[in-house]
Amino acid sequence: MARFAVLVFPGTNCEGDVLHAIQTVTGQPAELVWHKEGSLDGFDAAVVPGGFAHGDYLRAGGLARFSPVMEPLARMADSGQAVVGICNGFQILQEAGLLPGAMLRNQSLSYVCRDVRIRVEANSSPLTMGLAPGTALRMPVGHAEGNFRADDAVLEALEADEQVIFRYCDDDGEATADANPNGSRNNIAGVRNRRGNVAALMPHPDRAYEDALGGADGCRLFESLHRFTQS
Amino acid sequence: MNPLATLETALAAGLSTEEFQQIGTLLGRAPNQTELGMFSAMWSEHCSYKSSRRHLARFPTESPRVIEGPGENAGAVDIGHGLAAVFKVESHNHPTFIEPFQGAATGVGGILRDIFTMGARPVALMNSLRFGPLSVPRNRALLTGAVAGIANYGNSMGIPTVGGEVFFEDCYSLNPLVNAFALGIAPADRIFRARAEAPGSPIWCVGSKTGRDGIHGASMASAAFDEEAEAKRPTVQVGDPFLEKLLMEACLELMRGDALIAVQDMGAAGLTCSTSEVASRGGAGVEIDLDHVAQRETGMNAYEIMLSESQERMLLVVRNGREAEVTRIFEKWDLDAAPIGTVSGDGLLRVRHQGRIAAEVPCRALTDDAPAFDRPVARPSWWPSPEIVPADLPEPSDWNAVVLEMAGSPELASRRFVYEQYDHMVRSDTIVRPGGDAGVVRIKGEDFGIAMTLDGNGRYTARDPRRGGAIAVAEACRNLAAVGATPVGATNCLNFGNPERPEIMWEFTEAIAGMTEALEAFGVPITGGNVSFYNETEGRNIFPTPVVGVVGVLADATKRIPQHFSDSGDLLFLAGPATGEALGASAFLKEHHGRIDGRPPKPDLAAEVWLGAFLRAVGTKGIAASVRDLSEGGLAAVAIESLFAPDGSRIGADLAIECADRLEGPLFGEGPARALLSVRPRDAEALAELASRHGVPLTQAGSVGGDALRIRVNGSPAVSLELEGLADTFRNSLGRMALA
Repeated sequence: MARFAVLVFPGTNCEGDVLHAIQTVTGQPAELVWHKEGSLDGFDAAVVPGGFAHGDYLRAGGLARFSPVMEPLARMADSGQAVVGICNGFQILQEAGLLPGAMLRNQSLSYVCRDVRIRVEANSSPLTMGLAPGTALRMPVGHAEGNFRADDAVLEALEADEQVIFRYCDDDGEATADANPNGSRNNIAGVRNRRGNVAALMPHPDRAYEDALGGADGCRLFESLHRFTQS
Repeated sequence: MNPLATLETALAAGLSTEEFQQIGTLLGRAPNQTELGMFSAMWSEHCSYKSSRRHLARFPTESPRVIEGPGENAGAVDIGHGLAAVFKVESHNHPTFIEPFQGAATGVGGILRDIFTMGARPVALMNSLRFGPLSVPRNRALLTGAVAGIANYGNSMGIPTVGGEVFFEDCYSLNPLVNAFALGIAPADRIFRARAEAPGSPIWCVGSKTGRDGIHGASMASAAFDEEAEAKRPTVQVGDPFLEKLLMEACLELMRGDALIAVQDMGAAGLTCSTSEVASRGGAGVEIDLDHVAQRETGMNAYEIMLSESQERMLLVVRNGREAEVTRIFEKWDLDAAPIGTVSGDGLLRVRHQGRIAAEVPCRALTDDAPAFDRPVARPSWWPSPEIVPADLPEPSDWNAVVLEMAGSPELASRRFVYEQYDHMVRSDTIVRPGGDAGVVRIKGEDFGIAMTLDGNGRYTARDPRRGGAIAVAEACRNLAAVGATPVGATNCLNFGNPERPEIMWEFTEAIAGMTEALEAFGVPITGGNVSFYNETEGRNIFPTPVVGVVGVLADATKRIPQHFSDSGDLLFLAGPATGEALGASAFLKEHHGRIDGRPPKPDLAAEVWLGAFLRAVGTKGIAASVRDLSEGGLAAVAIESLFAPDGSRIGADLAIECADRLEGPLFGEGPARALLSVRPRDAEALAELASRHGVPLTQAGSVGGDALRIRVNGSPAVSLELEGLADTFRNSLGRMALA
């Protein structure tokens, strides 16, 4: 059994989707944890869901790192437990220094909500464990700041260490410019930390866990997360 | 400090001489400046419905499902399983013209407050937008600004925008329309009402602090614009969706207990409207002290505090002794919450400020005693205009070019540029996405789905308001049937010009008559809505534009009917009467011939009702691969829309048309009560049987497949467009025009 914490900041709005997806896909217990909590004891993994934490004032995810819950979250990351971010959760983990890079405004300068395809690049993360590199998955994005940036040196290191775990791709699995919804460098849709226990992506597996939603490829990511907690 | 008002100040505040005298009679004395400001806001057209009330009374408002009809913050209908759908549409036209981003954004904020005020959690948004042509840079800025504002607010709140409409006409150039719809779900037996019934109960003001923004927004929205409209920017409120998200969560958390007697949101006319309405609905009075109202800036006088339209505020009537619960929950969400007064038994709204009485007026004088007019109505001499027949029109020589032109026209091109900026997937309940006839959301743990659509056609209503009103309702109900849903309730937003002009009142009364006929035919009640008059700038009125939002129930959400062609070899059928060739006021006439004239199609309400029943039966039996209703752009438009699914997949089709005369009618005619279906060949027989049982004519119209849209007329090829180019034109034209 694994217990999942789903963090809730004021302005978070995908906590219900993530909670439901984890429970539906893995059958494991998951709980919402308010940002003022000072402890995450007893949890095996934590997910930072999407939304607009603290209104995304200052920068997307910029204020969340001052919330009390971020301290125990950093300790979970230090201890090698799974810490995962989705969308705004990705931005929060970047702002907290748990993941590399930063997000600029989308190249279109607009919010974008539509299905994208992403290709698994490396299976060395809680989101991709057990998925074959090259696997293409379809799920929606929904963000205004998903344009991944890092300087050349960082980017080179990320690629060399296989820290890029997802790339936007087209129907044929090619990482083309047309398939990139936001202008991210190297079509990056998801990354992990060096140790391989903290990972995040901009697309929403929590909006693609049942055929009724137009696709169920997101299940693969939650199954992977469950697998990681068992390893 | 607070001198008595004079006739001059009353006239300057938008009141008439008669109204100023009536205020004196009601008070038994002259009003002071603060009181005058309160009357000016509450007796404005926007708040009092003084020109529309007597006409709105004609709408059907009852059905066994109606829990709350017009008069509350929003309507509520029983959708079964112990749940109610709470919904309403409201305009934010005037603020959007002045400041598109904030004007449109606060429209979303306002309609959402109306929903959660009733104790319902908002689960879906839609919006209906009208702008001037995108060839004018100002209109591009209005479109992109309004869409960005709506996206910013709705996305931040975490509520999916699942449908809507966008249209363009010259008449909206100086007067864009932004109508926002929201729908929430509540336990059917726990709907909150805004009635202060228990004298002595404390009144709280919660949420945002009160500032000087939006003062006199209600009066601004009740006047025609002139060249100085830009100078009215300070009357537009500034929205903070983050604060509203917190306010929503705090209110819903508080409403789960029983500490509240009543809740009223603060929108137009702010504290004045919320206090007087909550009191007069409950037959009570209210006494408040403005020194306790949390203020954003210093030195605000009573007039400003009472009329501020600062966003994200709520008025609570709390049960005596339960104040600690309110404090605890609002502290958790880091929100201001303070008692500002009590419910009284004397029917007066008494306002204290800095130790003095700043205003003292009967609540009913502000609300129920507001003037009601029976404005003169005059039919314009041009009406009715003649029908348009193809013989009156020059015949196109290249049908490929015409179909491609129409596919990329502002009228018919995909709205993807707009709806992809709205988060339509948050909450993971959207099971029919935007881009089809209706949006559908499910409720986790329940079998049924809720379908919704927002429809109107200003061009139709301009040419024939009665037909236009009826068709708006009929199209909305048809859209719901196309996904398999049964309509259960409706809301409307009536956008019209200056009601002081008799021909505008004629448009208004005729449109209401048409809508009423159609609502009665479908058995669908109106549960609330909004009237926006004075959509007039520099003497030019908009097309009369009633927008109808209809909500439906889909008993088995898994049986929703897809909206796009899927499999090669599927057969196409056109369902509905063969009288669909009407070209008057059509998209084709406008986009290809540059003409807005003629008469819109004659509604066939009986045929609409039969078609609806037929489509729902098709859905229940699962024998359609796709269904789409025919409306603007006729058969050609619906065929093009069906080719391109929202996930990016596409498939071609061969459309076969039998046509004795010219092709315009069959291809682009907008006759009523029709839909295009694709079915697997093995289901064709069952479909025909079902159609004949429902009395719906069915014509075979080709097949799905290939990599082009081909149209054959009497067996001969007339149109052949490769999918690649057609996709680019259809899917990307609107974005290119908007960002030019």
